[in-house]
Amino acid sequence: MALVNIKIDGISYQVDSSLTVLEAAKQCGYNIPSLCSFNHGRCSKASCRVCLVEVKGARGLVASCVYPVNEGMEISINSQKATEARRVSVELLLSNHNHDCQSCRKNQNCELLRVAQLVGAREGMFRGEKTPTTYDDLSPALIRDTSKCVLCGRCIEQCKYAQGIGILGFENRGFKTIVGPAYNKSFKDVPCLQCGQCVTVCPTGALMEKGEIDKVDEAFKAGKYVIVQTAPAVRAALGEEFGMPVGTPVTGKMVTALKRLGFYRVYDTNFAADLTIMEEANELLERINNGGALPMITSCSPGWVNYAEQFYGDLIGHLSSCKSPHEMEGAVIKSFFAEKNNIKPEDIFVVSIMPCTAKKFEKERPECRGVNGLADVDAVLTTRELATYIRRAGIEFNRLPNSEFDQDILGEYTGAGVIFGATGGVMEAALRTAYYWLTGENADSLLKCEPVRGQEGVKEASFTIAGKEIKVAVVSSMKAAKPILDDIRAGKSPYTFIEVMGCPGGCINGGGQPYIRSCMLPNEDIDIEDTYRAKRAAALYSEDERQTVRRSHENTQVKALYDEYLEKPGSHKAHELLHTTYNDRGHNLK
Amino acid sequence: MKLQEHAIKEIKEIVAQFINEPTPLMMILSAVQTKFGYIPMEAQELISEETGISVAEIYGVVTFYSFFSLKPKGKYIIGVCLGTACYVKNSQQVIDKFCQLLGIQPGETTADGMFTIDALRCIGACALAPAVRVNEKVYPQVRVEDVEKIIDACEKMEAEKNEKGN
Repeated sequence: MALVNIKIDGISYQVDSSLTVLEAAKQCGYNIPSLCSFNHGRCSKASCRVCLVEVKGARGLVASCVYPVNEGMEISINSQKATEARRVSVELLLSNHNHDCQSCRKNQNCELLRVAQLVGAREGMFRGEKTPTTYDDLSPALIRDTSKCVLCGRCIEQCKYAQGIGILGFENRGFKTIVGPAYNKSFKDVPCLQCGQCVTVCPTGALMEKGEIDKVDEAFKAGKYVIVQTAPAVRAALGEEFGMPVGTPVTGKMVTALKRLGFYRVYDTNFAADLTIMEEANELLERINNGGALPMITSCSPGWVNYAEQFYGDLIGHLSSCKSPHEMEGAVIKSFFAEKNNIKPEDIFVVSIMPCTAKKFEKERPECRGVNGLADVDAVLTTRELATYIRRAGIEFNRLPNSEFDQDILGEYTGAGVIFGATGGVMEAALRTAYYWLTGENADSLLKCEPVRGQEGVKEASFTIAGKEIKVAVVSSMKAAKPILDDIRAGKSPYTFIEVMGCPGGCINGGGQPYIRSCMLPNEDIDIEDTYRAKRAAALYSEDERQTVRRSHENTQVKALYDEYLEKPGSHKAHELLHTTYNDRGHNLK
Repeated sequence: MKLQEHAIKEIKEIVAQFINEPTPLMMILSAVQTKFGYIPMEAQELISEETGISVAEIYGVVTFYSFFSLKPKGKYIIGVCLGTACYVKNSQQVIDKFCQLLGIQPGETTADGMFTIDALRCIGACALAPAVRVNEKVYPQVRVEDVEKIIDACEKMEAEKNEKGN
C-alpha cells in the first residue's frame, strides 16, 4: 500500500494511492456531495456531476468520484469555482425533477434534497422543458417514477453487480434518457425478482416499494380482525428509522407500537419460521430417504423463488415445497386460529411486516391462497412503511416501553426462528432440528454454527449426522447463486441441502429495510456500509442466545398445532395449508 | 412477431463472428442493422441469449446511437445533414420540405416503405453544404426547390429497377 502526499484546501495529508479524490477526502474529514457514488464512494459512471472539485493543473473541474489521487496533488473543494460548479450541477438536476417533495415518500431520506441543501441550490434557476416520463406501478411490489430520476445509474449497477441480472439500463439519448427495463416495460413484464435492491440504492423517490398502508387503513375501517405478524429481520433494523445505532434490536418497542396501532393480535412470524423448519426438515429427510430431488433448496425468499422460476425453470423441482413463513402464518391464522376463536376467515385481515419488497409480489400469487380461496396474507408493509405508520400515529417510538408478542396459540417462538433473518439462519435452524430427528438428541455445537454464519456470498459446510454425511451450502444474492445452480443443472452439485436468500446478506439487507447511507447517518462510523449487515445479523443472533428454547421442534405451540390440527409434519392437512407449487416462467424472458 | 428461421441463423452467425472481440456488442449490432435494416426486439433478445449481455444493456445501446433503428427503414433513406455548416446554409428548410412532401417526420418511414427521413449530424461533407445523402449517394448544395427533384429521381430509379426485375 503506497502512500501519496496530497493537499486539500492547503492542508497536507498522506493517503493511500489507490483512492479516488472523493474517498481520500472522506478519510481526511471532508464530505464532497455526490449522488451517483455509493459503496465506498466508488462510482463507475461519474454521471451526476455533483462531486466536482478543482485540482491544480487538471483541465477543468474533475469528478472526484472517479479521479484518482496522485503524488503532490493539490485539491480545492472550497474554491469559488468548485462550490459554484457543484451548485449549478444540482440546480440543473433540479430543473428536470418532479418537485412534489411534500408528498414524496422519499422525503427525509432523499439524497437529492440533502445535496441541494448542502450546495445551496437556488429555487427555479433553470426552467424549461422536462424529459418525457414514465410512471410504472403495475407490479405489486415496485414503483418506477422516472420524473424523479437523476440518471445516476446506481440501480443499474446494483441489479447487474449485486444480483447479476441487469434488468435495468439507460435508454435513449441526451435529454430523452431514462432508466428502466428494456423497451421501457413494466417491472411486471420483465424477469425482475421484485427484490428491491434497486430501491435500497436509489438516491431519490424514483424507485420505491408500492405502499400498502392505505389497504391496512381500509381493513380497519371495514371492521376486520386485523392481525399483524413481523418478520425476524424487522426488529434488527426498525430502530434505525428512529435514529438508533445500526444493530439495535427493538423487538419490545416494536410490539408495543403495533399494539398501540390497534392490531387485534401481534404475532411473530418466527412461530411460522419454526413451523417451516418442521415441514422443511421433514421434507429434506423424506427426500433423502425416498430418493427425491436433491439438493433440496430453501424457498423462504420470494426474490429467490422469482429468480428460480424465471431463470432456472428446469430446477424448480429442487425447491422445497414449503410456503415462506409469513404465508404459513397467514394460512394458520385463517384456519386454526379462526376456528379456535370462532371468527370467519373472511373477516380476518393479515398484515405482514417484512424487510422485503418481493413479499408484496408473493402474497398475490394464486398458489398462496388457502382457506376458502382467500389470500393467506392480505397486505405486506416493509420495515420502512412500518416506521411511517408508527410516526403517523404520533407514537414516540424511542420512548415506548417493551412488551411481548401475543402468546395465545400462535405466539411462542424459538431462537431458531429468529435467526431466519440472517443468511445461514434457516440452515442453522434446520440442522438443529434435523440432527435431533436423526439421532434423538440435541447437538449443542449447532447452537452456534459458525461455518454457516457471516456475510460471504457462498458458505459451505459438511456435517456427519447419525453416520450420514450432509454437505450444505448457504448462498445469498443471485450472483452468488448462479454458479451453484449451474452445477446442479450440470448434475455435479455435491450438496444435499442449500439455503438461498435473494438479497446479499439475507433478509437483514432486504429491499424493504431502512436505507443505509453514511451521508444520511452522520453518527455512524465511516465504514458503516461494510458493517451494517454484520451488525443487524448480530442483533438477531443475540436474540437467539437470549431465548431459552432454541430449537424449532421444542416450540410447544407448534407441537400443539400439530397435535390438535395438522397431525404431523408433511401430513395431508399440512400440505394443503403450508405447501405450494412453482411454475417455470422462463417465457418471461422472451 | 417471431424471427424467421433464416434470420435466426444469420444473427447467430453474426454473433459467432464477433463474440471473441474485446467489445463485441457494437460490431454485432452494426452487422445486424446493415443486414436487416433494423434491429427488432426479437433480434435483441436473441443477441442477449447468445452473448449473455442483458437485454436492457443492448436496448440501451440500440436507442443511444441514431445509426441503429428499432423499426424497418425505407428503401430510400434520405439523410439531411443538420451539422453546423449545413444548418447555417438552410438545411433545416430542406428537411422541412422533405417532411412536407412525404408527409412524415424525421425518423419516420412512409407507409409504402419507400422513404425514411433521417436528421443527420455532420456527415463530413461541409464543403458541399447543405448536403443530403440518399443511401450511398450525396447530393451537394441542395436548395429547397431541389427537394422535389431528389424525390422524383428516387421514384424513377425505383421504377427502372422494377422494370428490369420484370
